[in-house]
Amino acid sequence: MPTDALCTANPHAAADLPPVIVGAGPAGVRAAEALLAAGLAPILIDEGAAAGGRIYQRQPPGFTRDAATLHGTEAGKATALHTAFDAIAARIDWRPGTLVWAVRPGELHLHRDGRAETLPFRDLILATGAMDRLIPLPGWTLPGVFSLGGAQIALKTQAVAIGRQVAFVGTGPLLWLLAHQYRKAGGGIAAVIDTTPSATKRRQILGLLTQPGMLARGLSYMLGLRRAGVRIVEGAMPEAILGEGRVQGLRWRDARGRVQESVCDAVAMGWHLRPEAQLAELAGVPFRFNPRQRNWEPDKDPTGRTAVPGVYLAGDGAGIEGADAAEIAGARAALSLLQDRGRAVDAGLLAALDRRAGAMLAFRHALDAAFPFPHALAAGIADDVMVCRCEAITAGELRAAVDPGGAMEINRAKAFSRLGMGRCQGRVCAPAAAEIIAARLGAPVEAVGRLRAQAPVKPLPAAARSTP
Amino acid sequence: MNQAIFTRLAETGRPRIAFTLDSRPVEALAGDTLLTAILTQAASVRESEFGDGPRAGLCLMGACQECWVMLDGHGPVRACTTPLEAGMAVRLRRRHAD
Repeated sequence: MPTDALCTANPHAAADLPPVIVGAGPAGVRAAEALLAAGLAPILIDEGAAAGGRIYQRQPPGFTRDAATLHGTEAGKATALHTAFDAIAARIDWRPGTLVWAVRPGELHLHRDGRAETLPFRDLILATGAMDRLIPLPGWTLPGVFSLGGAQIALKTQAVAIGRQVAFVGTGPLLWLLAHQYRKAGGGIAAVIDTTPSATKRRQILGLLTQPGMLARGLSYMLGLRRAGVRIVEGAMPEAILGEGRVQGLRWRDARGRVQESVCDAVAMGWHLRPEAQLAELAGVPFRFNPRQRNWEPDKDPTGRTAVPGVYLAGDGAGIEGADAAEIAGARAALSLLQDRGRAVDAGLLAALDRRAGAMLAFRHALDAAFPFPHALAAGIADDVMVCRCEAITAGELRAAVDPGGAMEINRAKAFSRLGMGRCQGRVCAPAAAEIIAARLGAPVEAVGRLRAQAPVKPLPAAARSTP
Repeated sequence: MNQAIFTRLAETGRPRIAFTLDSRPVEALAGDTLLTAILTQAASVRESEFGDGPRAGLCLMGACQECWVMLDGHGPVRACTTPLEAGMAVRLRRRHAD
Protein backbone atom coordinates (compact mmCIF):
# COMPACT_ATOMS: atom_id res chain seq x y z
CA MET A 1 0.00 0.00 0.00
CA PRO A 2 1.26 3.50 -0.74
CA THR A 3 1.74 5.48 2.44
CA ASP A 4 0.57 9.03 2.74
CA ALA A 5 2.65 11.63 0.99
CA LEU A 6 2.43 13.81 4.10
CA CYS A 7 4.97 11.59 5.85
CA THR A 8 7.63 14.26 5.90
CA ALA A 9 9.84 15.64 8.63
CA ASN A 10 8.21 17.27 11.63
CA PRO A 11 9.37 20.92 11.76
CA HIS A 12 8.91 20.83 15.55
CA ALA A 13 11.02 17.70 16.12
CA ALA A 14 13.30 19.47 18.57
CA ALA A 15 10.82 21.98 20.00
CA ASP A 16 9.95 22.17 23.67
CA LEU A 17 6.32 21.22 23.24
CA PRO A 18 4.16 19.10 25.52
CA PRO A 19 3.29 15.63 24.21
CA VAL A 20 -0.17 15.39 22.68
CA ILE A 21 -2.47 12.42 23.23
CA VAL A 22 -5.58 11.96 21.12
CA GLY A 23 -8.22 9.80 22.78
CA ALA A 24 -9.02 9.62 26.49
CA GLY A 25 -10.02 5.99 26.71
CA PRO A 26 -8.09 3.29 28.58
CA ALA A 27 -4.95 3.77 26.43
CA GLY A 28 -4.96 7.56 26.40
CA VAL A 29 -5.59 7.97 30.12
CA ARG A 30 -2.81 5.54 31.06
CA ALA A 31 -0.45 7.30 28.64
CA ALA A 32 -1.26 10.67 30.18
CA GLU A 33 -0.74 9.28 33.66
CA ALA A 34 2.69 7.85 32.77
CA LEU A 35 3.83 11.08 31.11
CA LEU A 36 2.71 13.20 34.03
CA ALA A 37 4.45 10.85 36.47
CA ALA A 38 7.67 11.59 34.57
CA GLY A 39 7.09 15.32 34.94
CA LEU A 40 5.85 15.89 31.40
CA ALA A 41 2.28 17.23 31.45
CA PRO A 42 0.56 16.25 28.19
CA ILE A 43 -2.27 17.77 26.22
CA LEU A 44 -5.09 15.18 26.24
CA ILE A 45 -7.76 15.59 23.58
CA ASP A 46 -11.05 13.72 23.24
CA GLU A 47 -14.07 14.26 21.07
CA GLY A 48 -16.30 13.20 23.96
CA ALA A 49 -17.26 15.25 26.98
CA ALA A 50 -15.59 12.97 29.52
CA ALA A 51 -12.68 10.55 29.77
CA GLY A 52 -13.18 6.81 29.79
CA GLY A 53 -13.56 6.00 26.12
CA ARG A 54 -16.50 4.07 24.79
CA ILE A 55 -15.88 1.05 27.01
CA TYR A 56 -15.86 2.97 30.27
CA GLN A 57 -17.97 5.88 29.05
CA ARG A 58 -19.42 7.84 31.95
CA GLN A 59 -23.09 8.60 32.27
CA PRO A 60 -24.09 12.27 32.29
CA PRO A 61 -24.43 14.25 35.53
CA GLY A 62 -27.72 13.53 37.28
CA PHE A 63 -27.67 9.79 36.59
CA THR A 64 -27.46 7.69 39.74
CA ARG A 65 -26.66 4.09 38.78
CA ASP A 66 -23.52 2.88 40.54
CA ALA A 67 -20.42 1.42 38.86
CA ALA A 68 -21.46 -2.17 39.59
CA THR A 69 -24.79 -1.64 37.84
CA LEU A 70 -23.15 0.06 34.88
CA HIS A 71 -20.05 -2.01 34.37
CA GLY A 72 -20.80 -5.31 36.10
CA THR A 73 -17.68 -7.43 36.47
CA GLU A 74 -15.62 -4.62 34.92
CA ALA A 75 -16.70 -2.07 37.54
CA GLY A 76 -13.33 -2.21 39.31
CA LYS A 77 -11.44 -1.42 36.12
CA ALA A 78 -13.85 1.33 35.09
CA THR A 79 -13.65 2.98 38.50
CA ALA A 80 -9.86 2.66 38.56
CA LEU A 81 -9.54 4.34 35.17
CA HIS A 82 -11.94 7.15 36.11
CA THR A 83 -10.08 7.64 39.40
CA ALA A 84 -6.74 7.75 37.60
CA PHE A 85 -8.08 10.38 35.21
CA ASP A 86 -9.67 12.48 37.96
CA ALA A 87 -6.34 12.48 39.81
CA ILE A 88 -4.47 14.00 36.86
CA ALA A 89 -7.15 16.07 35.13
CA ALA A 90 -6.23 19.36 36.82
CA ARG A 91 -2.52 18.93 36.10
CA ILE A 92 -2.71 18.20 32.39
CA ASP A 93 -4.09 20.24 29.49
CA TRP A 94 -7.42 18.41 29.17
CA ARG A 95 -9.43 19.27 26.09
CA PRO A 96 -12.78 17.47 25.95
CA GLY A 97 -15.31 18.02 23.21
CA THR A 98 -12.51 18.54 20.72
CA LEU A 99 -12.29 16.89 17.32
CA VAL A 100 -8.89 16.38 15.71
CA TRP A 101 -9.88 16.58 12.08
CA ALA A 102 -6.51 16.59 10.34
CA VAL A 103 -2.86 15.81 10.98
CA ARG A 104 0.01 17.38 9.09
CA PRO A 105 3.71 17.10 9.91
CA GLY A 106 4.06 18.64 13.37
CA GLU A 107 0.54 20.03 13.33
CA LEU A 108 -2.92 18.95 14.49
CA HIS A 109 -6.05 20.66 13.30
CA LEU A 110 -8.66 20.90 16.03
CA HIS A 111 -12.29 21.86 16.11
CA ARG A 112 -14.27 22.70 19.24
CA ASP A 113 -17.60 24.47 19.57
CA GLY A 114 -17.45 25.98 16.10
CA ARG A 115 -13.85 27.12 16.51
CA ALA A 116 -10.90 25.82 14.57
CA GLU A 117 -7.39 25.78 15.99
CA THR A 118 -3.97 24.58 14.88
CA LEU A 119 -1.91 22.80 17.52
CA PRO A 120 1.81 22.27 16.86
CA PHE A 121 3.21 19.01 18.20
CA ARG A 122 6.54 17.32 18.59
CA ASP A 123 5.32 13.97 19.93
CA LEU A 124 1.90 12.47 19.37
CA ILE A 125 0.25 9.42 20.93
CA LEU A 126 -2.81 8.32 18.97
CA ALA A 127 -5.24 6.31 21.09
CA THR A 128 -8.25 6.73 18.87
CA GLY A 129 -10.16 3.52 19.63
CA ALA A 130 -12.45 1.49 17.45
CA MET A 131 -15.99 1.12 16.24
CA ASP A 132 -18.22 -1.83 15.40
CA ARG A 133 -17.63 -3.85 12.25
CA LEU A 134 -20.94 -4.39 10.49
CA ILE A 135 -22.29 -6.55 7.70
CA PRO A 136 -25.06 -5.09 5.53
CA LEU A 137 -28.33 -7.02 5.54
CA PRO A 138 -31.59 -6.42 3.74
CA GLY A 139 -33.44 -3.96 5.97
CA TRP A 140 -30.45 -2.80 7.97
CA THR A 141 -31.29 0.86 7.45
CA LEU A 142 -34.64 0.45 9.22
CA PRO A 143 -35.08 2.50 12.40
CA GLY A 144 -34.37 0.14 15.28
CA VAL A 145 -31.16 -1.35 13.87
CA PHE A 146 -28.09 -0.29 15.83
CA SER A 147 -24.56 -1.53 16.26
CA LEU A 148 -23.74 -3.63 19.32
CA GLY A 149 -21.54 -0.83 20.59
CA GLY A 150 -24.31 1.68 19.99
CA ALA A 151 -26.82 -0.47 21.85
CA GLN A 152 -24.37 -0.67 24.73
CA ILE A 153 -23.85 3.09 24.81
CA ALA A 154 -27.63 3.55 24.85
CA LEU A 155 -27.88 1.35 27.93
CA LYS A 156 -24.80 2.57 29.78
CA THR A 157 -24.95 6.31 29.19
CA GLN A 158 -28.64 6.90 28.61
CA ALA A 159 -30.34 4.07 30.52
CA VAL A 160 -32.41 3.19 27.47
CA ALA A 161 -32.82 -0.04 25.53
CA ILE A 162 -32.85 0.22 21.75
CA GLY A 163 -36.24 -1.55 21.72
CA ARG A 164 -38.66 -3.60 23.78
CA GLN A 165 -37.67 -6.93 22.25
CA VAL A 166 -34.13 -6.83 20.90
CA ALA A 167 -32.50 -9.42 18.66
CA PHE A 168 -28.73 -9.56 19.10
CA VAL A 169 -26.83 -10.81 16.06
CA GLY A 170 -23.18 -11.04 15.17
CA THR A 171 -20.22 -12.64 16.81
CA GLY A 172 -17.58 -11.82 19.40
CA PRO A 173 -17.41 -11.18 23.11
CA LEU A 174 -19.44 -7.98 22.87
CA LEU A 175 -22.45 -9.87 21.49
CA TRP A 176 -22.71 -11.96 24.64
CA LEU A 177 -21.67 -9.24 27.05
CA LEU A 178 -24.28 -6.87 25.68
CA ALA A 179 -27.08 -9.45 25.77
CA HIS A 180 -26.10 -10.19 29.36
CA GLN A 181 -26.16 -6.48 30.21
CA TYR A 182 -29.60 -6.01 28.62
CA ARG A 183 -30.96 -8.97 30.55
CA LYS A 184 -29.60 -7.65 33.82
CA ALA A 185 -31.00 -4.20 33.15
CA GLY A 186 -34.46 -5.62 32.50
CA GLY A 187 -34.44 -5.27 28.72
CA GLY A 188 -36.43 -7.66 26.54
CA ILE A 189 -34.42 -10.08 24.40
CA ALA A 190 -35.93 -11.75 21.33
CA ALA A 191 -32.89 -13.91 20.56
CA VAL A 192 -29.11 -14.03 20.63
CA ILE A 193 -27.83 -15.22 17.26
CA ASP A 194 -24.11 -15.91 17.07
CA THR A 195 -22.82 -16.59 13.57
CA THR A 196 -20.04 -18.73 15.05
CA PRO A 197 -20.85 -22.38 15.76
CA SER A 198 -20.28 -23.58 19.28
CA ALA A 199 -17.67 -26.10 18.12
CA THR A 200 -15.49 -23.33 16.64
CA LYS A 201 -15.34 -21.67 20.04
CA ARG A 202 -14.66 -24.90 21.89
CA ARG A 203 -11.64 -25.58 19.68
CA GLN A 204 -9.95 -22.49 21.15
CA ILE A 205 -10.40 -23.57 24.74
CA LEU A 206 -6.69 -23.95 25.48
CA GLY A 207 -5.86 -20.46 24.28
CA LEU A 208 -8.86 -19.00 26.09
CA LEU A 209 -7.77 -20.72 29.30
CA THR A 210 -4.66 -18.54 29.37
CA GLN A 211 -6.96 -15.85 30.82
CA PRO A 212 -9.18 -17.99 33.02
CA GLY A 213 -10.95 -15.03 34.59
CA MET A 214 -11.98 -13.63 31.22
CA LEU A 215 -13.10 -17.03 30.01
CA ALA A 216 -15.12 -17.61 33.17
CA ARG A 217 -16.87 -14.26 32.78
CA GLY A 218 -17.71 -15.00 29.17
CA LEU A 219 -19.10 -18.40 30.01
CA SER A 220 -21.13 -16.95 32.86
CA TYR A 221 -22.80 -14.50 30.47
CA MET A 222 -23.76 -17.36 28.15
CA LEU A 223 -24.96 -19.54 31.00
CA GLY A 224 -26.95 -16.74 32.59
CA LEU A 225 -28.77 -16.06 29.33
CA ARG A 226 -29.56 -19.75 28.85
CA ARG A 227 -30.85 -20.07 32.41
CA ALA A 228 -33.07 -17.04 31.88
CA GLY A 229 -34.68 -18.84 28.97
CA VAL A 230 -33.32 -16.54 26.29
CA ARG A 231 -33.38 -18.05 22.84
CA ILE A 232 -29.78 -18.68 21.84
CA VAL A 233 -28.70 -19.85 18.41
CA GLU A 234 -25.12 -20.53 17.37
CA GLY A 235 -23.79 -21.11 13.89
CA ALA A 236 -26.76 -19.33 12.30
CA MET A 237 -26.60 -16.65 9.62
CA PRO A 238 -28.89 -13.62 9.48
CA GLU A 239 -30.77 -13.25 6.19
CA ALA A 240 -32.83 -10.09 6.55
CA ILE A 241 -34.17 -7.54 8.96
CA LEU A 242 -37.91 -7.35 8.39
CA GLY A 243 -40.31 -4.47 8.75
CA GLU A 244 -42.10 -1.55 7.14
CA GLY A 245 -40.73 1.78 8.37
CA ARG A 246 -39.25 0.13 11.44
CA VAL A 247 -37.92 -3.22 12.64
CA GLN A 248 -40.54 -5.93 13.06
CA GLY A 249 -38.45 -9.10 12.83
CA LEU A 250 -35.23 -10.85 11.95
CA ARG A 251 -35.02 -13.71 9.48
CA TRP A 252 -32.13 -16.11 9.82
CA ARG A 253 -30.99 -19.52 8.66
CA ASP A 254 -29.95 -22.03 11.26
CA ALA A 255 -26.93 -24.33 11.06
CA ARG A 256 -29.06 -26.99 9.35
CA GLY A 257 -30.23 -24.57 6.71
CA ARG A 258 -33.75 -24.00 8.03
CA VAL A 259 -35.09 -20.49 7.64
CA GLN A 260 -36.53 -19.06 10.83
CA GLU A 261 -37.91 -15.75 12.03
CA SER A 262 -37.69 -13.95 15.33
CA VAL A 263 -40.22 -11.28 16.18
CA CYS A 264 -38.39 -8.22 17.49
CA ASP A 265 -38.63 -4.44 17.34
CA ALA A 266 -34.89 -3.76 17.36
CA VAL A 267 -31.70 -5.42 16.20
CA ALA A 268 -28.24 -4.94 17.69
CA MET A 269 -25.60 -6.18 15.26
CA GLY A 270 -21.82 -6.36 15.06
CA TRP A 271 -18.90 -8.59 14.24
CA HIS A 272 -16.03 -7.43 16.44
CA LEU A 273 -14.54 -4.00 15.99
CA ARG A 274 -12.42 -2.19 13.45
CA PRO A 275 -9.74 0.39 14.31
CA GLU A 276 -10.56 4.06 13.98
CA ALA A 277 -7.17 4.81 12.43
CA GLN A 278 -7.79 7.79 10.17
CA LEU A 279 -5.47 10.09 12.13
CA ALA A 280 -2.64 7.56 12.10
CA GLU A 281 -3.00 7.38 8.35
CA LEU A 282 -2.93 11.18 7.99
CA ALA A 283 0.17 11.21 10.22
CA GLY A 284 1.86 9.00 7.64
CA VAL A 285 1.88 5.71 9.54
CA PRO A 286 1.96 2.68 7.18
CA PHE A 287 -0.78 0.09 7.49
CA ARG A 288 -0.69 -3.70 7.65
CA PHE A 289 -3.36 -6.32 7.13
CA ASN A 290 -4.10 -8.43 10.19
CA PRO A 291 -5.22 -11.80 8.78
CA ARG A 292 -6.46 -13.11 12.14
CA GLN A 293 -8.89 -10.22 12.54
CA ARG A 294 -9.29 -9.53 8.83
CA ASN A 295 -8.75 -5.85 9.57
CA TRP A 296 -6.32 -3.23 8.37
CA GLU A 297 -4.41 -1.58 11.19
CA PRO A 298 -1.72 1.10 11.43
CA ASP A 299 1.63 -0.56 11.97
CA LYS A 300 3.33 -0.21 15.34
CA ASP A 301 5.88 -2.27 17.15
CA PRO A 302 5.22 -3.73 20.62
CA THR A 303 6.64 -0.56 22.20
CA GLY A 304 4.04 1.63 20.48
CA ARG A 305 6.55 3.20 18.06
CA THR A 306 5.72 3.66 14.38
CA ALA A 307 7.72 4.31 11.22
CA VAL A 308 7.06 8.03 11.77
CA PRO A 309 9.39 9.51 14.41
CA GLY A 310 7.43 11.09 17.26
CA VAL A 311 4.16 9.30 16.40
CA TYR A 312 3.10 6.51 18.77
CA LEU A 313 0.02 4.28 18.77
CA ALA A 314 -1.84 2.54 21.60
CA GLY A 315 -5.12 0.76 22.12
CA ASP A 316 -7.73 -0.59 19.73
CA GLY A 317 -7.03 2.14 17.17
CA ALA A 318 -3.87 0.21 16.32
CA GLY A 319 -5.43 -3.26 16.20
CA ILE A 320 -8.19 -4.74 18.31
CA GLU A 321 -6.78 -6.06 21.58
CA GLY A 322 -9.35 -4.97 24.13
CA ALA A 323 -9.46 -2.55 27.04
CA ASP A 324 -7.02 -4.34 29.35
CA ALA A 325 -4.35 -4.48 26.66
CA ALA A 326 -5.10 -0.85 25.80
CA GLU A 327 -4.26 0.30 29.33
CA ILE A 328 -0.91 -1.48 29.11
CA ALA A 329 -0.21 -0.22 25.60
CA GLY A 330 -0.98 3.37 26.60
CA ALA A 331 1.53 3.33 29.43
CA ARG A 332 4.06 1.55 27.22
CA ALA A 333 3.79 4.08 24.41
CA ALA A 334 4.29 6.89 26.93
CA LEU A 335 7.48 5.25 28.19
CA SER A 336 8.74 4.90 24.61
CA LEU A 337 8.08 8.59 24.07
CA LEU A 338 9.99 9.44 27.24
CA GLN A 339 12.93 7.26 26.18
CA ASP A 340 12.99 8.89 22.77
CA ARG A 341 13.14 12.28 24.48
CA GLY A 342 16.20 11.08 26.35
CA ARG A 343 14.49 10.62 29.69
CA ALA A 344 15.43 7.82 32.06
CA VAL A 345 12.73 5.17 32.27
CA ASP A 346 12.33 2.53 34.97
CA ALA A 347 13.56 -0.68 33.33
CA GLY A 348 11.55 -2.81 35.75
CA LEU A 349 8.36 -1.01 34.80
CA LEU A 350 9.11 -1.47 31.09
CA ALA A 351 9.72 -5.17 31.56
CA ALA A 352 6.55 -5.58 33.62
CA LEU A 353 4.42 -3.88 30.97
CA ASP A 354 5.95 -5.97 28.20
CA ARG A 355 5.39 -9.14 30.22
CA ARG A 356 1.74 -8.27 30.85
CA ALA A 357 1.18 -7.38 27.19
CA GLY A 358 2.81 -10.59 26.03
CA ALA A 359 0.74 -12.67 28.42
CA MET A 360 -2.44 -11.42 26.72
CA LEU A 361 -1.47 -12.34 23.18
CA ALA A 362 -2.36 -16.03 23.34
CA PHE A 363 -5.81 -15.16 24.65
CA ARG A 364 -6.35 -12.52 21.97
CA HIS A 365 -5.36 -14.91 19.20
CA ALA A 366 -7.67 -17.57 20.59
CA LEU A 367 -10.49 -15.04 20.83
CA ASP A 368 -9.98 -13.99 17.20
CA ALA A 369 -10.13 -17.64 16.13
CA ALA A 370 -13.06 -18.46 18.43
CA PHE A 371 -15.28 -15.76 16.89
CA PRO A 372 -14.24 -15.47 13.23
CA PHE A 373 -15.57 -12.78 10.94
CA PRO A 374 -18.06 -14.55 8.59
CA HIS A 375 -16.60 -12.99 5.47
CA ALA A 376 -18.65 -15.19 3.14
CA LEU A 377 -21.80 -13.60 4.57
CA ALA A 378 -20.43 -10.17 3.65
CA ALA A 379 -19.13 -11.30 0.25
CA GLY A 380 -22.48 -12.85 -0.63
CA ILE A 381 -24.70 -9.87 0.06
CA ALA A 382 -27.44 -9.80 -2.58
CA ASP A 383 -27.17 -7.24 -5.38
CA ASP A 384 -30.18 -5.22 -4.22
CA VAL A 385 -28.93 -4.71 -0.65
CA MET A 386 -27.66 -1.25 0.23
CA VAL A 387 -24.03 -1.42 1.33
CA CYS A 388 -23.09 2.27 1.60
CA ARG A 389 -25.80 3.82 3.77
CA CYS A 390 -24.59 7.41 3.28
CA GLU A 391 -24.79 7.39 -0.51
CA ALA A 392 -27.33 4.57 -0.91
CA ILE A 393 -25.04 2.36 -3.02
CA THR A 394 -26.06 -1.27 -3.41
CA ALA A 395 -23.89 -4.37 -3.57
CA GLY A 396 -24.86 -4.70 -7.23
CA GLU A 397 -23.64 -1.19 -8.04
CA LEU A 398 -20.38 -1.95 -6.28
CA ARG A 399 -19.95 -5.22 -8.18
CA ALA A 400 -20.60 -3.40 -11.46
CA ALA A 401 -17.74 -1.04 -10.58
CA VAL A 402 -15.25 -3.91 -10.45
CA ASP A 403 -16.51 -5.95 -13.38
CA PRO A 404 -14.18 -6.41 -16.37
CA GLY A 405 -12.54 -3.13 -17.36
CA GLY A 406 -13.45 -1.64 -14.00
CA ALA A 407 -11.71 -1.09 -10.71
CA MET A 408 -9.15 -3.56 -9.33
CA GLU A 409 -9.07 -2.15 -5.81
CA ILE A 410 -11.40 -0.45 -3.36
CA ASN A 411 -10.43 3.21 -3.80
CA ARG A 412 -10.98 3.04 -7.54
CA ALA A 413 -14.25 1.23 -6.91
CA LYS A 414 -15.19 4.10 -4.61
CA ALA A 415 -14.49 6.59 -7.39
CA PHE A 416 -16.65 4.63 -9.82
CA SER A 417 -19.54 3.85 -7.51
CA ARG A 418 -19.55 6.63 -4.86
CA LEU A 419 -19.45 3.93 -2.18
CA GLY A 420 -17.63 5.32 0.86
CA MET A 421 -17.87 8.90 -0.38
CA GLY A 422 -20.52 9.96 2.06
CA ARG A 423 -20.45 11.51 5.49
CA CYS A 424 -19.00 8.52 7.33
CA GLN A 425 -16.15 8.12 4.80
CA GLY A 426 -16.68 4.39 4.58
CA ARG A 427 -16.33 3.66 8.28
CA VAL A 428 -19.50 1.59 8.20
CA CYS A 429 -19.37 -0.06 4.76
CA ALA A 430 -15.67 -0.52 4.03
CA PRO A 431 -15.12 -3.97 5.59
CA ALA A 432 -18.08 -5.53 3.76
CA ALA A 433 -17.30 -3.63 0.57
CA ALA A 434 -13.78 -5.06 0.53
CA GLU A 435 -15.18 -8.59 0.89
CA ILE A 436 -17.66 -8.02 -1.94
CA ILE A 437 -14.95 -6.68 -4.25
CA ALA A 438 -12.46 -9.41 -3.35
CA ALA A 439 -15.00 -12.16 -3.99
CA ARG A 440 -16.00 -10.61 -7.32
CA LEU A 441 -12.39 -10.33 -8.44
CA GLY A 442 -11.44 -13.72 -7.03
CA ALA A 443 -8.67 -12.02 -5.06
CA PRO A 444 -7.69 -12.23 -1.40
CA VAL A 445 -9.35 -9.42 0.55
CA GLU A 446 -6.02 -7.82 1.43
CA ALA A 447 -5.25 -7.49 -2.29
CA VAL A 448 -8.14 -5.06 -2.86
CA GLY A 449 -6.74 -2.60 -0.33
CA ARG A 450 -8.54 -0.37 2.08
CA LEU A 451 -10.36 2.93 1.78
CA ARG A 452 -7.91 5.76 2.34
CA ALA A 453 -8.80 8.34 4.98
CA GLN A 454 -9.02 12.01 4.15
CA ALA A 455 -9.21 15.20 6.13
CA PRO A 456 -11.50 16.29 7.60
CA VAL A 457 -11.87 12.86 9.17
CA LYS A 458 -15.39 13.83 10.26
CA PRO A 459 -17.77 16.45 8.88
CA LEU A 460 -17.13 19.98 10.13
CA PRO A 461 -19.47 22.95 10.15
CA ALA A 462 -18.56 25.05 7.12
CA ALA A 463 -18.62 28.08 9.38
CA ALA A 464 -15.84 26.88 11.70
CA ARG A 465 -13.81 29.96 12.57
CA SER A 466 -10.08 29.91 13.15
CA THR A 467 -8.64 31.46 16.25
CA PRO A 468 -6.30 34.38 15.56
CA MET B 1 -49.88 4.95 19.41
CA ASN B 2 -46.43 5.00 20.93
CA GLN B 3 -43.96 5.37 18.08
CA ALA B 4 -40.84 5.27 20.22
CA ILE B 5 -37.80 3.25 19.25
CA PHE B 6 -35.94 3.57 22.57
CA THR B 7 -37.37 2.33 25.88
CA ARG B 8 -36.27 3.81 29.18
CA LEU B 9 -35.09 1.14 31.62
CA ALA B 10 -33.86 3.29 34.51
CA GLU B 11 -32.91 6.84 35.57
CA THR B 12 -36.42 8.11 34.94
CA GLY B 13 -36.48 10.50 37.91
CA ARG B 14 -34.45 13.19 36.18
CA PRO B 15 -35.96 16.66 35.66
CA ARG B 16 -38.12 17.08 32.59
CA ILE B 17 -36.96 19.44 29.86
CA ALA B 18 -39.16 21.10 27.24
CA PHE B 19 -38.12 21.37 23.61
CA THR B 20 -39.81 21.25 20.23
CA LEU B 21 -39.83 18.55 17.59
CA ASP B 22 -40.88 19.94 14.22
CA SER B 23 -42.53 22.84 16.12
CA ARG B 24 -44.51 20.47 18.36
CA PRO B 25 -43.85 21.06 22.10
CA VAL B 26 -42.51 17.88 23.72
CA GLU B 27 -40.51 16.87 26.77
CA ALA B 28 -37.59 14.63 27.57
CA LEU B 29 -35.20 14.28 30.51
CA ALA B 30 -32.16 16.28 31.61
CA GLY B 31 -29.06 14.31 30.60
CA ASP B 32 -30.65 12.90 27.47
CA THR B 33 -28.81 13.21 24.19
CA LEU B 34 -30.90 14.64 21.38
CA LEU B 35 -31.07 11.12 19.95
CA THR B 36 -32.53 9.72 23.17
CA ALA B 37 -34.90 12.67 23.50
CA ILE B 38 -36.17 12.06 19.96
CA LEU B 39 -36.25 8.26 19.80
CA THR B 40 -38.07 7.88 23.11
CA GLN B 41 -41.03 9.49 21.35
CA ALA B 42 -40.53 9.29 17.60
CA ALA B 43 -39.90 6.52 15.12
CA SER B 44 -36.97 8.09 13.24
CA VAL B 45 -34.71 11.13 13.15
CA ARG B 46 -34.58 11.83 9.44
CA GLU B 47 -35.36 10.59 5.96
CA SER B 48 -32.64 9.30 3.67
CA GLU B 49 -31.76 11.91 1.05
CA PHE B 50 -32.07 9.15 -1.54
CA GLY B 51 -35.68 8.34 -0.84
CA ASP B 52 -35.10 4.92 0.66
CA GLY B 53 -36.89 5.61 3.90
CA PRO B 54 -36.45 6.77 7.46
CA ARG B 55 -33.23 6.50 9.48
CA ALA B 56 -32.70 6.52 13.23
CA GLY B 57 -28.94 6.40 13.75
CA LEU B 58 -26.71 3.38 14.03
CA CYS B 59 -23.50 3.66 16.06
CA LEU B 60 -24.33 6.19 18.80
CA MET B 61 -20.65 7.13 19.04
CA GLY B 62 -20.37 9.90 16.50
CA ALA B 63 -18.86 7.78 13.75
CA CYS B 64 -21.60 6.79 11.31
CA GLN B 65 -23.15 10.26 10.82
CA GLU B 66 -26.61 8.71 10.44
CA CYS B 67 -28.42 10.74 13.09
CA TRP B 68 -28.08 14.28 11.80
CA VAL B 69 -30.99 16.54 12.71
CA MET B 70 -31.49 20.24 12.12
CA LEU B 71 -31.21 22.39 15.20
CA ASP B 72 -32.60 25.90 14.78
CA GLY B 73 -29.76 28.39 15.14
CA HIS B 74 -27.07 25.72 14.71
CA GLY B 75 -27.75 23.88 11.48
CA PRO B 76 -27.14 20.15 11.26
CA VAL B 77 -25.91 18.37 14.40
CA ARG B 78 -25.28 14.74 15.29
CA ALA B 79 -28.13 13.84 17.62
CA CYS B 80 -26.15 11.10 19.42
CA THR B 81 -23.42 13.46 20.62
CA THR B 82 -25.50 16.57 21.27
CA PRO B 83 -26.91 16.99 24.79
CA LEU B 84 -30.53 18.07 24.99
CA GLU B 85 -31.02 21.63 26.23
CA ALA B 86 -34.23 23.34 27.26
CA GLY B 87 -35.89 25.26 24.43
CA MET B 88 -34.06 23.53 21.60
CA ALA B 89 -36.01 23.57 18.34
CA VAL B 90 -35.29 20.33 16.51
CA ARG B 91 -36.27 19.61 12.96
CA LEU B 92 -36.27 16.09 11.71
CA ARG B 93 -34.94 16.41 8.20
CA ARG B 94 -37.26 15.67 5.33
CA ARG B 95 -36.49 14.46 1.87
CA HIS B 96 -35.17 17.18 -0.42
CA ALA B 97 -37.80 16.16 -2.94
CA ASP B 98 -40.66 16.99 -0.54
